[in-house]
Amino acid sequence: MSSLSRDDVAKLAGLARIEMSEEELVALSNEFTVILDAVARVQEVAGADVEATSHPLPLRNVFRADVVVPSLTPEEALSGAPAQEEQRFRVPQILGEE
Amino acid sequence: MIRSTAAEMAAKLVAGEVTSVALTQAHLDRIASVDADVHAFLYVDTEGAIAQAAAIDAKRAKGEKLSPLAGVPLALKDVMAQKGIPTTCGSKILEGWRPPYDSTVVANLKKNDIVILGKTNMDEFAMGSSTENSAYGPTHNPWDLTRIPGGSGGGSSAALAAFEAPLAIGTDTGGSIRQPAAVTGTVGVKPTYGGVSRFGLVAFSSSLDQAGPCARTVLDAALLHEAIAGHDPKDSTSINAPVPQVVVAARAGDVKGMKIGVVKELNGDGYQAGVRARFEESLELLAKAGAEIVEVSAPNFEYALAAYYLIAPSECSSNLARFDAMRYGLRVGDIEGASAESVMNLTREVGFGKEVKRRIILGTYALSSGYYDAYYGSAQKVRTLITQDFTNAFAKADVLVSPTCPTTAFKIGEKANDPLAMYLNDIATIPVNMAGIGGMSLPSGLADEDGLPVGFQIMSPVMKDERMYSVGAALEAALLSKWGAPLLDKAPIMGGAK
Repeated sequence: MSSLSRDDVAKLAGLARIEMSEEELVALSNEFTVILDAVARVQEVAGADVEATSHPLPLRNVFRADVVVPSLTPEEALSGAPAQEEQRFRVPQILGEE
Repeated sequence: MIRSTAAEMAAKLVAGEVTSVALTQAHLDRIASVDADVHAFLYVDTEGAIAQAAAIDAKRAKGEKLSPLAGVPLALKDVMAQKGIPTTCGSKILEGWRPPYDSTVVANLKKNDIVILGKTNMDEFAMGSSTENSAYGPTHNPWDLTRIPGGSGGGSSAALAAFEAPLAIGTDTGGSIRQPAAVTGTVGVKPTYGGVSRFGLVAFSSSLDQAGPCARTVLDAALLHEAIAGHDPKDSTSINAPVPQVVVAARAGDVKGMKIGVVKELNGDGYQAGVRARFEESLELLAKAGAEIVEVSAPNFEYALAAYYLIAPSECSSNLARFDAMRYGLRVGDIEGASAESVMNLTREVGFGKEVKRRIILGTYALSSGYYDAYYGSAQKVRTLITQDFTNAFAKADVLVSPTCPTTAFKIGEKANDPLAMYLNDIATIPVNMAGIGGMSLPSGLADEDGLPVGFQIMSPVMKDERMYSVGAALEAALLSKWGAPLLDKAPIMGGAK
């Protein structure tokens, strides 16, 4: 039986960049016990001899002609920005002070 | 006028019996009168729709050659980017976002002069089977307002069933076009994967997502299918081949000599009695129309649901990483000294709903080192087995059929706290997405026990979409002559009898 502890969920939430309340962490950890049992069924038939399919179409290296076409103007590209400055996206601090 | 089919509306427009402005206004009036109860729309573009309709009327007056659906109105699922029009995907994280570009589907609609009325409600980022996961409140099924209209495209299906629009666009990742069609007594088609461009369709699970037509008749769906389909250089997974002849097939509706395979595993236990009864009856009608009914087996379909709930969350955990509060959408916690990481964490906490978070976490787990092979890797192998089952079945039959869903529409709130029960709704629709083939749902009648619509699913091989239209049109004609009137005539009349 698979399960995820409250701390496992907290670690995953950190990786997924989602802040979670204690209540949410506990609720998800309980739900995952049930969900993981259900999805783990795939292991019953996934033998070593079966190839994996990642995509429904057997496509390889799709190319198009390298032609210059109009693109968004800076104003259009920035039109949904939560904050902007000097025609750029203004973002919170990314690097540490040290 | 609003109860006509899209094909009939188009004919009246050509004959000059009605203008696109009048037709568009009639639908806007209808929305104004019933949508407070149905809540199919998240945004109604009154000005834009009337302006587009007026431009089309002007072109027609000048004698310009127009496309078959020119001037007919349509409802657009809110997962499709439309330039300058709010596009939320049913999520708080995109509230107020107006895309600076058109999706290819929207560009094709505009090119074909199809009038876009507005954006329809959906489960947040198309994750759900009931439209209850919308951050903007649920949509109600016009057959019974206490019930779900299906999901994720419940806004589109409800808009059709409530005569708010004769055409709609949906997207189908695990059944989000077909299941809403089934539970609202409408028609929905998931084309072959790659048949319709995904450019500008906000991605949930890229290897499964496919946009398609929703309508009240098979012919209307075919006309819309042709308008939106075709190769698009902006989508590298779009198929570079001629669009299947779906309109020709829908007009002919000929099944003589066709072999129709009944999938043994998609019936029986867990399927409501009324659903099974309508399915058997439809098979008899197809046999009478000249088709040969055979039984086929797809032993690995029982693992499809489990594989889907690993593959779709895995892809979604990656796709939804783009909602990082930096370039567009919601930003929370951007105070002096706050790090980008803390802003992302807080924004995604507030911006995403419960089901989206559940799937992102599940996907993050399934892709994490140490578990990848056991979960995501195994699910990909199941995908191979399901595709092989389809290949074997299509060696024995031209199309495959099943009930679209195990049950009719359930009550709003009934399954909201039981994710697994909710996921079971999609048990018959998911295999189609896993293999990338075509799937259609059309109404096959009402279940005796609850008087609610039942869907009949037709599945066709890759790029043989015309086959499901042949079978769908044949069944639709046989059912119509049996009923004497369209099934939606039996739905409660809303907003006055017009």
